Amino acid sequence: MNLPDEKKIDMYVTMLRIRRFEEKIEELVLTGKISGFVHLYIGEEATATGVCAALNKSDYITSTHRGHGHMIAKGGDVKAMMAEIFGKQTGYCKGKGGSMHIADLDLGILGANGIVGGGPPLATGAALSCWYKGTDAVSICFFGDGASNQGTTHEAMNLASVLNLPVVFVAENNHYAEFTRQSRHQNIESIAERAAAYDIPGVVVDGNDLLAVYEAASEAVARAREGKGPTLLECMTYRIKGHFVGDPEAYRQTEEVDAWKVNDKDPIKRFETRLKEMGTLTEEKIQDLRESVRKEIDEAVTFADQSPVPDEKELYTDVYVD
Amino acid sequence: MTTMNMSQALNNALRLELARDKNVFLIGIDLKSGVLGVTAGLQQEFGEKRVIDTPITESAIVGAAVGAAATGLRPVAELMFVDFIGVCMDQLFNQAAKMRYMFGGKAKIPMVLRTCCGAGMGAAAQHSQCLEAWFMHVPGLKVVMPSTPYDAKGLLISAIRDDNPVVFLEHKSLYFVPGAVEVPEESYAIPLGKADIKRQGEDVTVVATGMMVGTALGVADKLAEEGISVEVIDPRTLSPLDEDTIIQAVKKTNRLVIIHEEVKFAGSGAEIAAMAAEKCFDHLDAPVIRIAAPFTPVPFASGLESRFIPSASELIDGIRKVINA
Repeated sequence: MNLPDEKKIDMYVTMLRIRRFEEKIEELVLTGKISGFVHLYIGEEATATGVCAALNKSDYITSTHRGHGHMIAKGGDVKAMMAEIFGKQTGYCKGKGGSMHIADLDLGILGANGIVGGGPPLATGAALSCWYKGTDAVSICFFGDGASNQGTTHEAMNLASVLNLPVVFVAENNHYAEFTRQSRHQNIESIAERAAAYDIPGVVVDGNDLLAVYEAASEAVARAREGKGPTLLECMTYRIKGHFVGDPEAYRQTEEVDAWKVNDKDPIKRFETRLKEMGTLTEEKIQDLRESVRKEIDEAVTFADQSPVPDEKELYTDVYVD
Repeated sequence: MTTMNMSQALNNALRLELARDKNVFLIGIDLKSGVLGVTAGLQQEFGEKRVIDTPITESAIVGAAVGAAATGLRPVAELMFVDFIGVCMDQLFNQAAKMRYMFGGKAKIPMVLRTCCGAGMGAAAQHSQCLEAWFMHVPGLKVVMPSTPYDAKGLLISAIRDDNPVVFLEHKSLYFVPGAVEVPEESYAIPLGKADIKRQGEDVTVVATGMMVGTALGVADKLAEEGISVEVIDPRTLSPLDEDTIIQAVKKTNRLVIIHEEVKFAGSGAEIAAMAAEKCFDHLDAPVIRIAAPFTPVPFASGLESRFIPSASELIDGIRKVINA
């Protein structure tokens, strides 16, 4: 795929930003600096990045409980995200949502979601909006292999197919539904097989190969924009961290996790190697970018830490539109 | 001016709002056929894009409405029977109701979920319930329950124009009852959160909802013959509840009886009774009495079903009790 260097570097930095953001969050939870339920996206960065790189600002996404990566990839502000996870007034939701409910409607981000399978009907609704208004915007639904077994996911895909709506269902198959491995929660290896049930294309892609994800997502998005209806795009990836920060992970062996951390599996290392091979980036430039992302995330932490907590009156506001 | 039943009045409200605002659309199952007449003729008039028929897929219907509302449209979704809320509740109470709060006030979900409720048609346990309290318990939702064709039209127009998710509960036994007053053809709005005093009275206040408003008015007529003056209040909107109108009435009559078709335990009447106890206890000359359905599912056999539905005689007994206390 012939992409301008700028785009490739941009995608690389997005992956670095997600990784660093998540590493920092993990550290802050483990040291007791922040509390609450936090689910990390480490190891899955190429999926969110590749998909969102194929989108415009006016396109919509629905996210999941593991949503930081989607937010950042769609252009979310890491300061406002960090402040939200700190429960501060300057956060995306004034500290009232937390990690599982970060949203930015101006960027088309219709929210992370605490309910597994909560997003697909909403994404279908956003797609209905695009179709109804006659814009060329599309809607993306990120969901995991766990959510693929929820009735809402089936209903959303079926309705989107029947109404021929501009939506791409992105199944992030990280092979675990909370603490249960995929082989124990469904008797299919590929979620994309279910596309046949809706008479829509089912595409499987290596979710840790950034350019492959970008290419497959671009095709599915173009199809949706042209009025040809939904696609089920399955990105095969792996959840390097536990279900949540603090998960003892008694359900899997360290060897299994380590096998996904090696250079030709880890999405960031893989893309880094390719960028060097293509002559897009030198090792020196890579170190510069890593350093600048580290700084950016540190600044976000400082911003969040120094921000005020929400005023008590915030408890009562925003329940209704007056 | 035209005489309309509630089904026609609601149809008229939907037609007027579809014509007024191109962002308003209807979505649901078999809207074209319009099983109980409410959506009859609208798809023929406004087309398949404005009146969207879907598969039987309640979670996707409600969720699609929420997603569309969050992105600038004003959907009116139909749940054929309120009993079906069980298969799609998440999209209503965890998504629609909470998005604005969770997102720090940045989202707006201007949608209406219309649905029919109530017993009296031999439809048994899964097609006859009244579940007002389920929805009242959720911050972020508004809950509307009209009792007349005139109110139904004005309230539905307000609900569609409201920027919050509104659950609009239509008692199915009221659909084909002609209204006592004429319903104008033109548009008018009745504000949400405003109760209506259906009958002025001096001796006892009866707060009644939905189908029970008619029962209460019948009882008021009957007791007037004995010299007992009954005030009948229809909250019309259960959330937000017009507490002031109820409190003012209690201050005047010093007695309160509540009647609804939900089961008594933890029904909407429990909230109204508790509100009265908290806010006007000193004005009460007798304990508040609730007349409501027993704590059972709705039975099928007609004899059992009619026993299930709160009756005029139960209400009369309740009123006598507070009068004689």
